[in-house]
Amino acid sequence: MIFLWAFIVGGLICVIGQIMMDVFKLTPAHTTSTLVVIGAILDGFGLYEPLIKFAGAGATVPITSFGNSLVHGAMVEAEKAGLVGVITGIFEVTSAGISAAIVFSFLASLIFKSKG
Amino acid sequence: MSDKKKKKLTPIQQQYQDFAEKREPKRPIIKNCIYAFLVGGFICLIGQGISTFYIHFFHFNEKSAGDPTVATLIFISAMMTGLGFYDHIAQKAGAGTIIPVTGFANAMASAAIEHRSEGYVLGVGGNMFKLAGSVIVFGVFSAFVIGIIKVIITKYLGGF
Repeated sequence: MIFLWAFIVGGLICVIGQIMMDVFKLTPAHTTSTLVVIGAILDGFGLYEPLIKFAGAGATVPITSFGNSLVHGAMVEAEKAGLVGVITGIFEVTSAGISAAIVFSFLASLIFKSKG
Repeated sequence: MSDKKKKKLTPIQQQYQDFAEKREPKRPIIKNCIYAFLVGGFICLIGQGISTFYIHFFHFNEKSAGDPTVATLIFISAMMTGLGFYDHIAQKAGAGTIIPVTGFANAMASAAIEHRSEGYVLGVGGNMFKLAGSVIVFGVFSAFVIGIIKVIITKYLGGF
């Protein structure tokens, strides 16, 4: 069942992005940045975690979850260390994604040559 | 174009703007949305499959499976970007390939590959975040503001 919800919720978030690009004529960079901020705000109100429970990868794979996990890491660390934790904990949860993106992108640039 | 910008233009320029607007090809919004839904949903489905795989065979729990899943998706999309597949899909699917985390990896990998000719330090290192940097900047800044507000409310004002 979670596979179906992952498909539907993930697809719907992409449709929101498509509407922002087509109807409001935003560039892809504006669209993704806006969605990240929306994800962060949703987690600020504690609304994103229930969505992940409900839809699994449908909520964790779209870029909105990046904003969610930034806030999440900050809050977990802030519980332990107070206000400083907001600074030190921001990348705690997302480090896997960012590190992987840097490492694999660098590897790709070593292996592949640009075409055209 | 917004009205504010229009006022600065001369009448002839305004006429041209209207003329150009009429001849701009209409975007097939509904078709684009369907493609975005199907491709975006499919990528999330793959993500769910990978995450289930990690839970069953490597004994991650539902929370900790997220990190390796995202890393795997990023690896796949970086390699597909290098081989040139990703852009083919992205042309049709639009936001369906941009919004999932694979789009983030695609933006970084394509920038890295494209600027390789300028050298590894100034080209690859300096330009890798050229497209994807905005996501990180706005994500981190908004997370910082929200984190500070939340900490102040819950810790120092004693919650709601």
